[in-house]
This record gives sequence, C-alpha cells and structure tokens, in this order.
Amino acid sequence: MTSTIIDFENVTKEYPDGTVAIEDISFSVEEGTTTVFVGPSGCGKTTTMKLVNRLEELTSGKIYYDGQEIRSLDKIDLRRNIGYVIQEIGLFDHMTVAENVGMVPTLLEWDRARIDDRVDELLDLMDLPAETYRDQHPMELSGGQRQRVGVARALAADPDVMLMDEPFGALDPITREKLQDEFLEIQAQIDKTILFVTHDIDEALKMGDKIAIYRNGQIVQYDTPKEILTNPANDFVREFIGSDRLIKELKFMTAGDVMDETADVTGKTLSELGAAGVEFARNGQGYLTVERSETTHVALMKIYEGHVEGVLVTEGEEVVGTVTEADLKRNLSEGR
Amino acid sequence: MSLLVESIQYLFDNFETFLQLLQEHVFLVVVAEVAAVLVALPVGILATRNDAVKRYALRVGNVFHTIPPLAVIALVFPFVGIGMKSGFVALWAYGLLPILINTITGIEEVDESTVEAARGVGMTENQILKSVQLPLAVPVIFAGIRTSTIINVGNGYLAFFIGAGGLGDWVVTGIALFNNPQILAGAIPGALLAIGLDLALGRVENRLRTGDEPGQRSTTAAA
Repeated sequence: MTSTIIDFENVTKEYPDGTVAIEDISFSVEEGTTTVFVGPSGCGKTTTMKLVNRLEELTSGKIYYDGQEIRSLDKIDLRRNIGYVIQEIGLFDHMTVAENVGMVPTLLEWDRARIDDRVDELLDLMDLPAETYRDQHPMELSGGQRQRVGVARALAADPDVMLMDEPFGALDPITREKLQDEFLEIQAQIDKTILFVTHDIDEALKMGDKIAIYRNGQIVQYDTPKEILTNPANDFVREFIGSDRLIKELKFMTAGDVMDETADVTGKTLSELGAAGVEFARNGQGYLTVERSETTHVALMKIYEGHVEGVLVTEGEEVVGTVTEADLKRNLSEGR
Repeated sequence: MSLLVESIQYLFDNFETFLQLLQEHVFLVVVAEVAAVLVALPVGILATRNDAVKRYALRVGNVFHTIPPLAVIALVFPFVGIGMKSGFVALWAYGLLPILINTITGIEEVDESTVEAARGVGMTENQILKSVQLPLAVPVIFAGIRTSTIINVGNGYLAFFIGAGGLGDWVVTGIALFNNPQILAGAIPGALLAIGLDLALGRVENRLRTGDEPGQRSTTAAA
C-alpha cells in the first residue's frame, strides 16, 4: 500500500578527524509520513538529515531516494527537490519575502507569473497575507513570521520531501506550539514526506508518525509514538521520555480504545439514563461524558475534576461505553 | 582668519593652475582606485575560496600597506619611471589592502546559516556568491573602497615628488617657500575632495543596495 521514499542501508558517517557521527544506521521512511529524529545534542540526528540532501556525504552504506541511490543523483537537482528548513531560518535579508519564497522556483526557471502565483498561494497558506507581506524584508518580521517564510520557501517548488532541522527550536513556547499546530494542519493538506529533527521529546511525540530515538550516533528505537511510549526499548529511551511517561501515554489513547462496552448503560441516550435515575458518572451538573475520539487524558481529567468514578463515552446522542479509573490503569503499560 | 582669506585669494588668483592641479589629482586617485577595485575585488573573492590565495594576497597587500606611502612611491619609480604612471602604480598598490581585507571579511561574515540555507535549497556555489554573499557583503566592501579612496586622496599629494602632479605641487612648493596661503590653497581642496568622493561613493552604495536586487527578480510592485 504505502511505498518507502527514503531508505538508509547501513549508513555510516565518519569525519576526517575520526569522529563517527552516525554508525551503521538503517531505516525506511514511508511516503507521506512525518518521521522525527530525536535525541540529545551531538547524537547524529542533524547529520542524518544532512546526508539526505547531501550537505554531508556518507562514508559507507547507501541511501536511496525514491529508489535511486542518492550518490547517482545530481546534488543540486536533489536539493531543489527537497525542501530544507533550519532552526536559524537563514532567510536572505537583502531580498523581499516574495523573493525569498520564490528562490527555488526561480532557480528552476519557472516563468514569472507562475512564481508570483505560487508565492502568493504559499504566503496565504502560511497565514502571512500576500498583499501585506510579499514586499516586506525579513528584518521587519517577528521570529515566528520569519520561520513561516522559511517553511514557505522550503515548500515553494512543491518538493516531495521536506527536511526540517529544529524548525521551531528558537521560538518562544507559545509561538512554537502555535506553529506546531498550524504545521500539523498544513501537513494534513499537503501530505509531504517530512524528516524532522528535534531534541524535544514532546515535540517528537506530537509531530511524528514515526520516531527515531538517537543515542551516540545510533538509533536505539524506531517506532510509532505510541509504541515508544508503551514499549520503550531500554532505560535510555524510558529516561528520555521522562518521568511523566504514563501521562504522555494517556494522550495517545482514545476513550474508544479503553472503554468498557459491556456496561448496561450502553446503547441508551443521556435523557434515558436521566429518566432511569442512573447515578454513574453523574454529579451536580449532570452526566460527565467524553467523545469516543477524545483522549484518555481528557477522560481522566474529567473523572478527577468531576469527582466521579468514571465517565460515559458518547457517539452523537448515544452512550457507547464507560471509562473508569480502573479501565485506564489496566490499559496503561506497567510502571516497570 | 586672514590667512584663510589670503589662501582663497591665492586660489582665485591662480585659478587656472588650480583647476589643472585638481584635475590631475582627481584623475590620479580615481584611475588608481578603479584599478585597485578591479584587482582587489576578484582576488578577495578568490581568497574566500582558496586559503593559499588568501594567505599570499593578504601578505602582498600588507607589504604594500605597511611601507610608508612615500617609500612606495620611491620604490615604484625606478621601475616605471618619473611621471603620472608611477603615481598610478604607487597609489594603486597602496589602495589594494583595504579593499582586499573588506572583500574577504564582508563575504566571510555573511551569516553561516544563510549560506547553508542557500546551499540547502539547491543554489550552486556561484549562485550563492552572486545572489547571496556579494549582495550581503556590499556595505563592508564599500567601506573598504571608501577607506582606500580617502587614503589615496592623501597619498596623491606625495605623487608630486615623482612628477605626477596634483595638489601636492602647491603644498610642497608652499612649504619650501614658507608660503602659507599656497599650502592651504592646496590642502583644503584636498580635504574637501576626500569628503566629496566619500559621499559620492556612499551614494553609489545606496543605489547598489536598493536598486540592483529587484532588477532581476522584479516583484509585482507594478500592480
């Protein structure tokens, strides 16, 4: 069904001074997914990314881009087909926003009108209305706006793959979260294959379909966020996730995943329950409910805040199950 | 105060000679400076890409620059002979270093992340130089050209010693004859010339910075 677009085969990168940045790494990235490389600084995650657009050259092993070995491809063409976003943004301060965003299409010699249209489209997508921003210079923008321009520049030629090296790392926490959310929405629309580097595990869990956890130039675990939370490969991963691992895990389960469908409230509506005088999940304000798709984290908060033993899981008008504290405990991975 | 009036008087009494000397001086400085830019700029650019070029270029530039200007002139004329030509060569050699240093610094100090971003989006090294590094280095490079020009307006006075003419004629003769009005009539226009050339170069720089970039990639400003 899905095909892989980037494949690493036993890739090693050793610098001339003998430092081994990454050692014998193999993994595959599926088309249209976001893969996050996470780990402490100096663990090789950025190097991994730079190997893909050949800002660094590998020492041994093979990397395939869409089935072709990257060393057989022209470096410059390869880079023009891969979007690149870095933490420092690296905008061209002597050019306007429009010229920055239109850089790759210009290099690809698109015609003028097509570039202009594309620039406007992207600025609007990035929530920087084109009529206001296209003729401004990067220095006039805030940090968050500058990074939006950086992302727009990377998207300009509609690349299949985007490399993002701590794109939101230099922003304040509020702007960072806003950009993360917006980017998730944009990603849902544009459906790119994204390689994303961060040192922030929360960002990794939020952004990634797959996460590769790095340590000293090696991948210690490559899995879905949920799998990493519930089955950390070793103590390093467990420590890296942090002591609030179980709470993070709650955010990755939905009420629908853990609910008990056998309770006798199932199949009834809230008004029927009220008429029957059912006391479960009820307090002074009425019944406490969560949607099937809401996270177990939300369910737990409601249970604690409402001082009830459990909540009802609803789908539209109908109650489809119940979630109690015991259900949550049973479904969380053991503390180990 | 009366000295100043006397100087102005002297200048107008000898106005034709003055124009002649000023013309020689400007010509000397401008031609030497243009030649210095034509050499120092490409060598500076080359030096940012090749360490050996950088080492030797800076060494040569430094040698020319640490020797007193009078000595440079003295060193040059045995090879080139008396007259305007050796004046050019001396001023040219002396003007190289500021331009060379500032070209190298200007390019090397362009933010590393900007260059990496440029490389990452698929610009070739030449495109990076032309569209990113040089435009961003323009202010620094121009500062070098301006410094070099001002220094050479001053050095131009010494060119008189090898028969290259210029305002040095009045100053040096004036010193020999204890003719203060003549000295000032030669010196003050030189100071004004230095300021004037500096301002003019500032103008050119502004033109370059605001004018040249939209030239190629015009935005839809016409709308």
